[in-house]
Amino acid sequence: MGTTADRGNAPLERLLQAGRAVAGYSVAGPLGALLLAMVFFTFESDQFLQGPNLSLILQQVVEVGVLAIGQTLIILTAGIDLSCGAVMAFGMIVMTKLAVHSGVPAIPAILIGIAACAAFGLLNGLFVTKVRLPAFIVTLGTFNIAMALVHIYSNEETIANPPSAMTYFGHTFSIGGTDITYAVVLMLALYALFWFVLTQTKWGNHVYAVGNNPEATRLSGIRTDRLLISVYVVAGVIYGIAALLLIARTQVGDPNAGQTDNLDSITAVVLGGTSLFGGRGAVIGTLFGALIVGVFRNGLVLMGVSSVYQILITGILVILAVSVDQLTHRKERG
Amino acid sequence: MRFSRWLVSLMGVLTVSLALLAGLSSARSDAPAQDTATIKVGLITKTDTNPFFVKMKEGAQKQAKALGVTLLTAAGKIDGDAATQITAIENMVSAGVKGILITPSNDSVVPAIRKARAKGVLVIALDTPPNPASAVDALFATNNFTAGVLIGKYAKVLFKGKTPKIAMLDLFPGPSVGYLRHNGFLSGFGVPGITQKDSTKYKTSPQVVCSADTSGDQAKGQTAMETCLQKSPDINLVYTINEPAAAGAYTALKNAGKAGKVTVVSVDGGCAGVRNVKAGVIAATSQQYPLKMASRGVQAVVNYAKTGKKVSGYTDTGVNLITAKPVAGVPSKGLAFGLANCWG
Amino acid sequence: MSAQPATPSEPLFHARGIVKRFGHVTALSGADFDLYPGEVLAVIGDNGAGKSTLIKVLSGALQPDEGEIHLDGEVVTFKTPLDARRAGIETVYQDLAVAPALDIASNLFLGRELRRGGPLGQVLRMLDKRAMRKEATRALAELNIGVQSVRAAVQDLSGGQRQGVAVARAAKWARRVAIMDEPTAALGVKETRQVLDLIRRVRERGLPVILISHDMPHVFELADRIHIMRLGKRAAVVTPQSHTMQEAVAIMTGAAAA
Repeated sequence: MGTTADRGNAPLERLLQAGRAVAGYSVAGPLGALLLAMVFFTFESDQFLQGPNLSLILQQVVEVGVLAIGQTLIILTAGIDLSCGAVMAFGMIVMTKLAVHSGVPAIPAILIGIAACAAFGLLNGLFVTKVRLPAFIVTLGTFNIAMALVHIYSNEETIANPPSAMTYFGHTFSIGGTDITYAVVLMLALYALFWFVLTQTKWGNHVYAVGNNPEATRLSGIRTDRLLISVYVVAGVIYGIAALLLIARTQVGDPNAGQTDNLDSITAVVLGGTSLFGGRGAVIGTLFGALIVGVFRNGLVLMGVSSVYQILITGILVILAVSVDQLTHRKERG
Repeated sequence: MRFSRWLVSLMGVLTVSLALLAGLSSARSDAPAQDTATIKVGLITKTDTNPFFVKMKEGAQKQAKALGVTLLTAAGKIDGDAATQITAIENMVSAGVKGILITPSNDSVVPAIRKARAKGVLVIALDTPPNPASAVDALFATNNFTAGVLIGKYAKVLFKGKTPKIAMLDLFPGPSVGYLRHNGFLSGFGVPGITQKDSTKYKTSPQVVCSADTSGDQAKGQTAMETCLQKSPDINLVYTINEPAAAGAYTALKNAGKAGKVTVVSVDGGCAGVRNVKAGVIAATSQQYPLKMASRGVQAVVNYAKTGKKVSGYTDTGVNLITAKPVAGVPSKGLAFGLANCWG
Repeated sequence: MSAQPATPSEPLFHARGIVKRFGHVTALSGADFDLYPGEVLAVIGDNGAGKSTLIKVLSGALQPDEGEIHLDGEVVTFKTPLDARRAGIETVYQDLAVAPALDIASNLFLGRELRRGGPLGQVLRMLDKRAMRKEATRALAELNIGVQSVRAAVQDLSGGQRQGVAVARAAKWARRVAIMDEPTAALGVKETRQVLDLIRRVRERGLPVILISHDMPHVFELADRIHIMRLGKRAAVVTPQSHTMQEAVAIMTGAAAA
């Protein structure tokens, strides 16, 4: 039988394959775009490529960066989550209100908040699998529910002075003269963890499979319903962690937090090269995607350019990313 | 299959119970005492959750009760949800309202407003004018330019003899309120050549060393301030579009060890914001009065219903500078006034 | 051509009186079925004769309303495809049921992945990708399926190679029976030839194959016995020696009696 492999670009092919082997998928595109952006801003502003500024960008990206890990998992299963920002805000309010107004000790309050977010994940997962509604619709519904609960439970008040355990991840340590927050370290650790889980474990393999061909996955004996529910619950836990990290950064429980995060997290995933059709993508790409947006936001302010251009550029990049995904994977229909 | 049916029925029961609960709890507050409830007034806000609009609704309800008229209310689900507003306009007109008070989500509500006015319904915009402004009969709003001017003047006196390095923390491109407050601040601060007509573009001046958008959000306000400090570490004056953005900016200043060394001014006069003035987070804020907008609006509709006279043009519902440290030549009110008249 | 005797020993896999209804439609009305060790049994029938339904019942994708299935002399009930798989029956579905974006090795081991030994496998639950790749290479080579690397994504393969991967998967895991539903339906001439050779090699390994096909010439070339479905029942069982293609088609359409 013949083969269809292309022998022309052997060294490049090998490099891409090595990258693919590590990341689990080709992330050359997003990484290249990120590096290009960084080079551009280094030329345009003296303050860009400085330790403290780069550390700032990382800190600013944590909110969307962590949420987007959960979003990546869900999109890999060919689903989507429109509720993540609202669920995170709910987690923030639960944690801070319990600790500050109800006197619950910090650690249990944190755990209850994370559990509340996981409960939303469970709700999403159940409706997607048992009632068989599209994820888009289910999460639109939970978005509304979460948002309403946030406003009702918080009574529109921002809750200040959370206990110090909740702001632990806002503390910094120094590397070569630059301060980095623990939150950044945790975000990077989470990315490393999920890179491992998605590329080296059964569960990760099945997540890709169920997104790529759910029927084949079911026929392989994999319990796809259980698998999908577990994905949504894990994402919920991740949103809870994001809530904690945002409390640590802003030092308040803000009922209006996370409103643009629903779409921003999807943007990060798409810019990172993960396919909205499911089954393809690397979680590291999402980190690059989130960083691209953060770098642009930061760089344009340093340059004194109106933010309108940041919105414009993000939009163009998203269309480019989705088009590249479509064009290079037409063969799937064959 | 059985489990999914159970799940759906559970959701159904929950929804119906919640609706009943909501209906029961609101029925108590809205019913007018007498039977002169034949005059109906509609109030449509951008959302139901923003404390600004909650206060507006409160003001409208109080006035409606006092005058013995029926108030119908509706709100978009999120900021920018014009579709819900359009439906509400149509439903209220069918229900026979004499007038509608509306904070338009965006300009797509204009055709529905025109249709309502053609049927003789008085339409008053609250807080935000639509585009074109002539689409409504009247506008009851804060003069956002004046609000900016007040804090600009305050800052000018404070910075007499000092070299100001200003950071402008704005909203996001689009709504006129962002441009008006920003330009008003610069005008009050003494930058020449800025008038109220500049409502679609940001003006600037050499003293402005950084500007960034915040979406009026605390976390983004923090991000914007951090980046501006990176650009110009010696910023000493910060204009913020609203008080959540100011709170975020303050966190960034605190993290950079600059709390107390940088002056932050803002607009809104929400209760949380006034408390922040008390706490020294915000030096001065321009307070606006959503309650007044709504209650005057209800009054205007009732006047129209009773006398046929329509209100028109722009009615300034007033703005006051709130600060704990007044400066010479700039009239202001203190914390007690601020807390007594705040919203949220 | 096969050299198997017509009816030796006991049937390895058989079913009696299978009835399956869908609402008012009776797809199977008392169908029987026999499969003997080491043979290729082709199942043919017109559309609506009940072929697909019978195969779905035998592979566990559907449960019969009446009737019994026996495997190796024992009564079996398959509530899910997984039950049939556990009993040693593997199915190659018409649409292949592969995940195109995943590589060949992953597809071969989907649902049955190998884990590393020791703490890496137990605690970290790491997959043993190298072992899976090695085994996948061996499984494909055994059936003479040529691919450059088992790291290739299935979507990058030709139609014949993809079919080869699906067949290799069934051949590797099947302990008792391999079912192949229209394996050459979407293929060109050359690739069809390759798949037919493949099926022969599977039989040579001693695994019996149930082959559903519309393609009469191929059926007559490859099958040891031919099970003809008509009106939800087994109309006849013939062999390429006992009947011609035209006679078999006549039985299928009811033009001739069995």
